Amino acid sequence: MNPTNHTASGREPSEIELLLPWYAAGTLSRREQAEVEAALANDPELVRRLEWVRTEFAQEIYINEEAASPPDSDVKALFAKIDALPAQRTIVSTTAATSLADRIAEFFAALSPRALAWSAAAAALAIVLQAGVIAGIMFKEKSTPGYETASVQPGVTGDGAYVLIRFQPQATSADIASFLAANKLSIVEGPSGGELYRVRVAATKLAKPELMDIVKKLQDDKVIGFIAATE
Amino acid sequence: MDETGAPAMQTIADEVLIAKIAKGDRSAMEALFTRYRVRVFKFVLRMVRNEAIAEELNSDVFLDVWRQAGTFEGRSAVSTWIFSIARFKALNALQRRGEEELDDDKADAIEDDADDPETVLAKKDKAAVLRQCLVELSAEHREIVNLIYYQHKSVEEVSGIVGIPEATVKTRMFYARKKLSELLAERGIERGWP
Repeated sequence: MNPTNHTASGREPSEIELLLPWYAAGTLSRREQAEVEAALANDPELVRRLEWVRTEFAQEIYINEEAASPPDSDVKALFAKIDALPAQRTIVSTTAATSLADRIAEFFAALSPRALAWSAAAAALAIVLQAGVIAGIMFKEKSTPGYETASVQPGVTGDGAYVLIRFQPQATSADIASFLAANKLSIVEGPSGGELYRVRVAATKLAKPELMDIVKKLQDDKVIGFIAATE
Repeated sequence: MDETGAPAMQTIADEVLIAKIAKGDRSAMEALFTRYRVRVFKFVLRMVRNEAIAEELNSDVFLDVWRQAGTFEGRSAVSTWIFSIARFKALNALQRRGEEELDDDKADAIEDDADDPETVLAKKDKAAVLRQCLVELSAEHREIVNLIYYQHKSVEEVSGIVGIPEATVKTRMFYARKKLSELLAERGIERGWP
């Protein structure tokens, strides 16, 4: 592994430096991740550059989270276009993602798309503990009317203090449920396009320094891939 | 639910949904759309920087999925296929509209709250400057930054979506970041290489 000693005058970047964006996003293979970590341990300049990568990463997420979301009417628009096509095959199925179990599974698929091979029994118990919130979130994601719960009002967060969290792809449902329970946290919204969840950390609004203290405390947990304070 | 009352631990695979869609299954189409609509919309929006166009493109992407599901051969992941359709449509939209008009959109996006005193203060903040620079990147660079940082795509997945070798994916991201450094330097923030 070559240490990073580039200057602004234009050396080619090392292979390790090229991987930093994926390292920050948690999307490297275990082998590549270990290689980057080994390089970071011996190269303070590489550590400094990683901090920049992490800053970019956080701001790209911010831009997307602040941007508009698709309107709830988009599914109707899609099927209007489909219906306008020349007649072709159409069947109505009751098997595709229509049951509660399917919807719960959908929720967790979005939670951690690459990682989740469930260890069923323990995970199932943990999932059930979060079921009220989960169901509400899933139903919020559904764009057609007919599914509403009292536990989560779509788009309404009310008083309280919130953070945005993206969980590590490697985190299991049991890890996440245990993290939420141990820290008395509730998922109130998500996942968004970037697999981000809005999580309530306190029932009342907190001063920014107080909220940042909570962010700092939570960010070291192994299940956290990204965390930032939000409104 | 299974016999114990625990939820099923298996989500319906994208490939299964595509096979159902190929047979005209509208519920499968709705399930796949629900799964990807936000991600694809945000990706397209980041590319074309216009909500109305992004909304239109989003439904066009899934209309193509509906029409072409029967031709999906499984050589790549379904998500890679969907994002590559989205990318193609976004690039076409960019070409149709021309860079001049898009530059106006970009300016609009940046200047949304330009005269707000809070914004003036925020612009002094490094993070706010960085956001502005991210917005100003070229479409090619915005695309790769979004796929890696926001869409959480691996090198291999980006390669499949953009249609370039993995080595090129890495260097393109590097040059996107280098451009970012140049834009930051123009605003007085030096971060060195890249």
